[in-house]
Amino acid sequence: MLTYTIRRVLIMVPTLLVISALVFIIIQLPPGDFLETQMAELQAQGEGGNAEKLEFLRKQYGLDRPMIEQYAIWLGVWPGETGFAGLLQGNLGYSFEFNEPVAKIVGEAMWLTIVVSVATIIFTWVVSFPIGIYSATHQYSAGDYTLTLVGFLGLATPNFLLALVLLYLSNVYLGISIGGLMDQQYMDQPFSWGKAWSVLAHLWVPVIVIGTSGTAGMIRRLRANLLDELQKQYVTTARAKGLHPRKLLWKYPLRMALNPFISDIGSLLPEVISGAVIVSVVLSLPTTGPVLLRALQTQDQYLAGSFLMLLALLTVIGMFISDLALAALDPRIRLTGGTQR
Amino acid sequence: MADVLTVRDLRIQFQAPEGLIKAVDGISFRIPEGKTVALVGESGSGKSVVSQAIMGILPRNGRIASGEVLFADPAQRGSVVDIAKLDRDSAAMRALRGGRISIIFQEPMTSLSPLHTIGDQIGEAFILHRNAGPAEAKRVVVEMLKHVGFPDPDKAFDTYPFELSGGLRQRAMIAMALVCRPPILIADEPTTALDVTIQAQILKLMQDLQAELGMAILIITHDLGVVANMAEEIIVMYHGKVMESGTRDDVFRHAEHPYLNALLRAVPRFDMEPGERLVPIREIKAKPGQHLLKKDPWPAHAGDAPLLEVKHLRKTFAIRKQGLLGRKNAAVATVVDDVSFTLKRGECLGLVGESGCGKTTTSKIVLRAVSADGGTVSYNDHGTIVDVLALDEKGLKKYRRRVQYMFQDPFGSLNPRMTVFDIINEPLLIHGIGDQKERFERVSELMNLVGLNVRYLRRYPHSFSGGQRQRIGIARALALQPDLLICDEPVSALDVSIQAQILNLLKDLKEQLGLTYLFISHNLAVVDYVCDRIAVMCAGRLVELAPRDVLFKNPVHPYTRALLSAVPKPDPDARLDLTALMAGKASNPGDWPDPFTINESAKLDLVHLGDGHFVRARPDSGLGSVQSAAQ
Repeated sequence: MLTYTIRRVLIMVPTLLVISALVFIIIQLPPGDFLETQMAELQAQGEGGNAEKLEFLRKQYGLDRPMIEQYAIWLGVWPGETGFAGLLQGNLGYSFEFNEPVAKIVGEAMWLTIVVSVATIIFTWVVSFPIGIYSATHQYSAGDYTLTLVGFLGLATPNFLLALVLLYLSNVYLGISIGGLMDQQYMDQPFSWGKAWSVLAHLWVPVIVIGTSGTAGMIRRLRANLLDELQKQYVTTARAKGLHPRKLLWKYPLRMALNPFISDIGSLLPEVISGAVIVSVVLSLPTTGPVLLRALQTQDQYLAGSFLMLLALLTVIGMFISDLALAALDPRIRLTGGTQR
Repeated sequence: MADVLTVRDLRIQFQAPEGLIKAVDGISFRIPEGKTVALVGESGSGKSVVSQAIMGILPRNGRIASGEVLFADPAQRGSVVDIAKLDRDSAAMRALRGGRISIIFQEPMTSLSPLHTIGDQIGEAFILHRNAGPAEAKRVVVEMLKHVGFPDPDKAFDTYPFELSGGLRQRAMIAMALVCRPPILIADEPTTALDVTIQAQILKLMQDLQAELGMAILIITHDLGVVANMAEEIIVMYHGKVMESGTRDDVFRHAEHPYLNALLRAVPRFDMEPGERLVPIREIKAKPGQHLLKKDPWPAHAGDAPLLEVKHLRKTFAIRKQGLLGRKNAAVATVVDDVSFTLKRGECLGLVGESGCGKTTTSKIVLRAVSADGGTVSYNDHGTIVDVLALDEKGLKKYRRRVQYMFQDPFGSLNPRMTVFDIINEPLLIHGIGDQKERFERVSELMNLVGLNVRYLRRYPHSFSGGQRQRIGIARALALQPDLLICDEPVSALDVSIQAQILNLLKDLKEQLGLTYLFISHNLAVVDYVCDRIAVMCAGRLVELAPRDVLFKNPVHPYTRALLSAVPKPDPDARLDLTALMAGKASNPGDWPDPFTINESAKLDLVHLGDGHFVRARPDSGLGSVQSAAQ
C-alpha cells in the first residue's frame, strides 16, 4: 500500500508537467498576445499608442522571447528577468491586466472556489445517495418514476439557465437578491465569523445550481449500479443467511455500488469548476470563474496559466484521493492491482 | 425416523410479462432426518425454485400459490412451522433462514462478496443466529474452516474470496452454510462448476460432515452420477411436476417413467458398446446442403502427413508485481510445458485435464490467438506444410479459414446486439465469400445443418436456449468450411439431455463434412464418447496420451487414474471410493510416485508403451519394456 501511494504520488509529477505544457500552448494559440489585444483596444478608443512603446513593453514583459523560453521561465526552470522565479519556486507570475501578482488576485477567489466545490460535492452525495437507493430498491414504482423524471429534468437543464430562473424567482417572489456569495458589507474584508456565516447563508444557491446536473447523473449511476448488484448471487447468499433486508443492503450491494461515488471525487472537481464559470458570471460569484474568463479573453497569459494550473493541481489531488480511497475500500483493487492474467 | 421437512402439493407461480408461469405445479416430497434426498431434473424443471421456496428467497415476481412446506425442527420436538405461510422477510423466517436451514449455491465464484473477508462472511450467520460476539464467532469460524479442509484456517479467516481457488471457495461456502449447524442443508448444484477431482473432494466433504453433524441434505442437480453417489432418495422433476420418486435402488434399477429412462440414456457412460449412440430427448438431424458439401478435395499427394503437428510447445506468463518504479516480473508461471501431439485428418483428439492445466491455452496457441514462447505448430494445408507460429497477416487469414474455434460459454460467445444471421454471416463477410445471395443461401444451409429453423435468422441470441445458442456457435464455426474444429468445453455448460444432442450433432458433422476435432473437456465420459485418442494434461504438461479404449482400460499415470476414479457414475453399484482419493495431491507433479515424479531435478519425457500409448515418466524406468512384455 505504501509503495502504491508513493508510486501514485510520483505519477502525478509527469501528469502535472504535461498539463502545464498543454495549458501554456493553448493559451498562446490565439494570434497575438496581451499587449496587442491591449493596443487594439486603446486604438479603438482613439488613444493610439505607438509601435515603439509596444516594443518596449513587450521586452519588459518578456513577451519577445520564444514561446518555449517563456514557458520555461513561467515553470521556473529558466532564469527570467529576476532569476529563477516560476511555478516551481512558488511564484505564480504577474498579471498584466491587474498589475498585481497572480497569487494576490487568486488568493481569496481560489479559497471560495474550493468552498463552493466541496459544498457542491457534499450536496451531490447527500441528495443522490438516498434517492439512488430508493429508486433502485423500489424499481418501477411511482416514486421511482417521479424521481427519475425529476432527475432527467435536472440533467437536461443548463446550469446557467437554472441560475437565471432562481435569480428571477427569488427577486420577483421573495424580493431578495441571491447573487454573490456574501453580504455587501463583508466584501474585501478579512476573515471573520460573520463573514463565514454570510458565506454559508449564500452558499446554497450556487451549490444547488452547480450541483443539480451532477446529482441527477449520480442518481442514475447509483440506481443502475445498485440494480446490477442486487441481482448478484452474493446478495442471495446473504439473504439465505437470514440477514435483515436493510442491513443486507448496507453491507453488501451498497458497498459494491459505492465505487463510482468515490471515483467521482476526481471527475466531479473539474466538472464543478468548469460548470461553475458561467454560473459564477450569472450569479456574480467572487469565485475564480469570472476572473479566469476575463484572463482568457485578454490573453493575460500568466494569470490564466497559473489559474488553470492550480485547478489542475486540485483535480489531480482529487483523483489521487479517490484512488487511495478506492484502494482502501475495495480489496480487489488493493490486492490484485497490476497482476496480469 | 421423523421427517425434518415435508412439502405437500406445493405450487409456485411467477408473474412474467407473458403471463402467469407455473414453475412448480403441485409437488410433494419429504426429507427424513439425517438423510440425503436428491431433486433431479433439467434446467427449467423448477427444481431450484423449490429450494428458493423452502428458503423463503423466491425472486420478487414469484409466489407460493398453494401448498405447505412443513419444517419440524429436531431441536424442538413437536413444533411444526409452515414456511409457505411465513412472510419471507419476517423475523420468524429470517431466524430459520441460515440458522436452521442453509443453502449452498452452484457458483462459488459469485456466491461470495468480493469485498468482505471469508471470516467476516462466515461469522456473520453465527453472530446473527447465536447472538455471539466477534471473538467467539472467530473461534467457531476458524474451527469450521479447519473442518471443511482449509490448510491454514487462521490465515484463511482474513483472506478475500478472489484469492482462493474454486474448490476452496466452495469449501468456504459450505463452512458458511454449516456454521450454525442447521438440521437441513440444501445444496443447489454444489459441484457443477467444479472439476471432477475437486467435485469428488467436495462430495466426500459433504458426506463426512453429514455423518458428523447429522443433518439432512437436499441435493439439487442434473448430474445423475452425483445422485447415484450421494442420495438415498431421489425425486425426478420435469416441468414443475414430479415424474418419479423413490429410493436410489428403485429409481436407478427400475426406472419406470419414460422421462427418467430417457435421461439415463442421454448420459455418456464408460461401458457403452462400440458404436452405441446416446439417445437425446430431442434428437436433431444434421442436413448439409450443396454449398457445405462442395469442398476442395483433399489432394492425393498430401498423403499421410498429420493434419496438425504440435512439438514441444511452451508458454509462460509473467506474474507481475508492482515495484516502486514500474512493474517488475516477480515470478514466471509455465502454463504450457513441453506439449507435443499430432492430429491425423478425420480424427478426434480429446484434451483432458482440470481447469488451469493449460488445455485451453494450448488450443489458443494452435489458433494463434495466444503467442507461444517455444516449440512449433505445423499445419498440413492440403499438402503444404505451414509453420503456424511464423505466419504473417496474410497467411494467418488463410489459416483461419482452415481452423475454427467453438467456445464453452453459449451466452458470452454470441454478441447480444447481432442477429443470428449477422453472427453466422460475419465470417463469410470477413473473408469475402460469395455475393449477398450466396451468403444468404450459405447461412440458411448452416441453420438447417444444426437443426435450427431458417425463420429464426432475424432473432437475437437472447431468445434462444443454451443448447440452441451452442448450435448457432457451431454454425458460425462451420461457415468457413474449416478442416479443423477446436471445441473448447462445448457441452460443459449444458444439461445432460442437451449435451447428448450436441455431442451427437458434432459426431454426425464430423462424418458428413470430413472434419477433424481437437476436443477439450474436463468430462472424461464425454471425451470417451466423442474422441478417438485422448491426451491427459496436468499442470501444463501432457502426462498421458493413448487411444481411447487403451486409456480407459489401462491408465498408467497416477494422475489419469485419479481423474478416472473421481468420475461419479450414474450407477448405484459403482459408487465412488471417496476415501481412496488422493487428497488434493493428484494434480501436484511433485507428489506423484516414482517414476512419474516431476520436480526441479527430474524433467521427464514421454515414454512409448506400444500401441500409441505414451506416458510421461523417467526414460530409464523400464515402463515401456514391462508393458510390452505384458502384452
